[in-house]
Amino acid sequence: MENNHEQKHTISALVDNEPGVLNRVTGLFSGRGFNIESLCVAETMDPLVSRITLVTRGNNQIIEQITKQLNKLVNVIKVMDFTDTEFVEREMALIKVRAEAQTRAEILRIVDIFRCKVVDVSPQFYTIEVTGNDSKITAILGLLNHLGIKEIARTGAIAMARSKKEISLKKEKIVFIEMPEEATQKTGYRP
Amino acid sequence: MRLSGAEIIIESLIQEGITTIFGYPGGVITDIYDHLEKSPIRHYLVRHEQGAVHMADGYARSSGKVGVCLVTSGPGATNTVTGIASAFMDSIPVVVFTGQVPTPLIGNDAFQEVDIVGITRPCTKHNYLVKKVEDLSRVIKEAFYLARSGRPGPVLVDLPKDVLQNKTEFKYPKKVEMRSYRPTYSAHAGQIEKAAAQILKARRPIIYAGGGVVSSRSSRELKTLAEGLTIPVTTTLMGLGAFPGRHPLWLGMLGMHGTYWANMSVAQCDLLIAVGARFDDRVTGKVDLFAPEAKIIHIDIDPTSIRKNVSVDIPIVGDCKDALSKLNQSLHKQEKSDWRKIRQPWLEQIQEWKKTHPLTYEQGKDEIKPQYVVEKLYEVTQGQAIIATEVGQNQMWAAQFYHFDRPNSFITSGGLGVMGYGFPAAIGAQVACPDRIVIDIAGDGSIQMNIQEMATAVANQVPVKIAILNNGYLGMVRQFQELFYEKRYAQTFLKGNPDFVKLAEAYGAAGLRAERPEEVVPVIEKALSIKGPVIMDFVVCPEECVAPMVPAGKGMTEMLLV
Repeated sequence: MENNHEQKHTISALVDNEPGVLNRVTGLFSGRGFNIESLCVAETMDPLVSRITLVTRGNNQIIEQITKQLNKLVNVIKVMDFTDTEFVEREMALIKVRAEAQTRAEILRIVDIFRCKVVDVSPQFYTIEVTGNDSKITAILGLLNHLGIKEIARTGAIAMARSKKEISLKKEKIVFIEMPEEATQKTGYRP
Repeated sequence: MRLSGAEIIIESLIQEGITTIFGYPGGVITDIYDHLEKSPIRHYLVRHEQGAVHMADGYARSSGKVGVCLVTSGPGATNTVTGIASAFMDSIPVVVFTGQVPTPLIGNDAFQEVDIVGITRPCTKHNYLVKKVEDLSRVIKEAFYLARSGRPGPVLVDLPKDVLQNKTEFKYPKKVEMRSYRPTYSAHAGQIEKAAAQILKARRPIIYAGGGVVSSRSSRELKTLAEGLTIPVTTTLMGLGAFPGRHPLWLGMLGMHGTYWANMSVAQCDLLIAVGARFDDRVTGKVDLFAPEAKIIHIDIDPTSIRKNVSVDIPIVGDCKDALSKLNQSLHKQEKSDWRKIRQPWLEQIQEWKKTHPLTYEQGKDEIKPQYVVEKLYEVTQGQAIIATEVGQNQMWAAQFYHFDRPNSFITSGGLGVMGYGFPAAIGAQVACPDRIVIDIAGDGSIQMNIQEMATAVANQVPVKIAILNNGYLGMVRQFQELFYEKRYAQTFLKGNPDFVKLAEAYGAAGLRAERPEEVVPVIEKALSIKGPVIMDFVVCPEECVAPMVPAGKGMTEMLLV
């Protein structure tokens, strides 16, 4: 089929917040041979709805199948592919790095350059919290690596369309649902 | 009204208009059976849970209604998996109720516990574990709605024992509210116009119809389209009967064992109108060589079917019935042309292919040819029977030589290809259509995969007729071995087959045998005159091949004419 160019895609899905739903989504990917590079799941403002953000890779035809197959799952409410739109994407990592007397200054300089934070300090280690896109996190890992990284914990990507774009997305019927009354009451949130 | 979970199930089934269920009791679902006995619902006690799902499936295919089956937890549930997967592949509406251990025991490896919701997630349209009796009636309502709406499919509802015993106020919901499930029925008007324009331009068009035409009951609309613009029609295995099998525009089935002229027509058409079909590999062969010169219009209710295997020029998401009638309206408004005259060269070309390579076999004096049996079944029943098949050569010969005139009459496991499907499915079809003749065309291998259901047929006086094309081999695999493995018949010779006549008699059914060509018709006539179930054992030529054949992965014009 035409266009075999593979591309990375960040896809968000709003799903029913029920047991087994994540399994339906991941089972769909493994069963049909699609791959997942990263995955993030959390409840939304509506406690009945969760938001899954996943990063995958494929040509146009595969990505079209992925979004269609996701939409077909009964528990999936909306699917949005951010690629080719204006969007903000963030990942986070916690990095525990060896901090000797002679390297502390360098670590703090790197932390400063990358605008991240030291969130835990012990006699031998700093724990650094960094947020950004994939390349920023990869870059800081590269710089800290020779100082001795003991452990890292890294999230998948989360993403959100930039506000101006949202209106045009609405036309394509890939906007997310209105928040129900009870959810706004519970949190006191008013849009 | 406060009812227990078990009572709610029975009441809900009644409200859904369910009159028949197929099932097998077990420890955790005894409560349901206790109430089922007092209800007006007719229960057919099967001999294996796989049979129950195939029966519900055959019932659904022949009647267009939702088939229902009921089994216990653990092994009862796992035995349904093949049946569910088959219904899933063929988009058949079935609701399967499975028992489950009480909710406090779930996850404890309790006796006869299995995570059937986890196991069947990839092979159901949707499934449920009901954790509270308060959810039960809503879940049942949703299950039936999901099974029959949109692209139909099987839905499984897992019922823990305590949910069946707890009580709650019962009120069956009037409507379903699911914000995440909204199938598209209405075809997009703009796409219909584009398709109509393309159809009017085409000089060598072909309609390629599938099971979607049967499940959306749109055979009439299909016929109108074909006749209105004189467009030849081929169907998939699942689509057989969607277009009359004796119509002058009928090309026969396409694909691996399709007719030469159907496959040649697809290869040379300039427009392929796919309706309710999914471009399965057995239909397309090598995708690059499938309809290479054609623009493709694809009508399907399931968006994932479109552009899954081939790229499409005009996709139309919607119900086949809606799309076809809109298309017909649009075409009707356009200028009238003498389509017969315009199509003349195309139809003549097709006739030429048909003349040079017809579907054929040679019936000699001594051995019975399996194709001959199918042709005689067609003649004796005047094409009016419901035909179920097993899987393999029997299935292909049935598809090639029984000319189906109306939909819902060919019952076969198309996508999954389940040996052992045909007989229980035939029982289900006979239960749904007591006034029709129902015949299972079987092989000697596949009939043994669910032969235990003969007890179900006999006990319930379901007069299904089984025609075994007995060649002593797993014939389709033997054919592969003959053609591609230098006749090394590894494990395909069925040594130790039973005497099928005696087997029938052991169950209290009738058994008949034909060993010579002249015995075929009398055996069929005798079988049809018997009121109960009958096995007809046709001892056929052991090394007959299904022809023509396209080797897997080859283009559809590279047919072996054998």
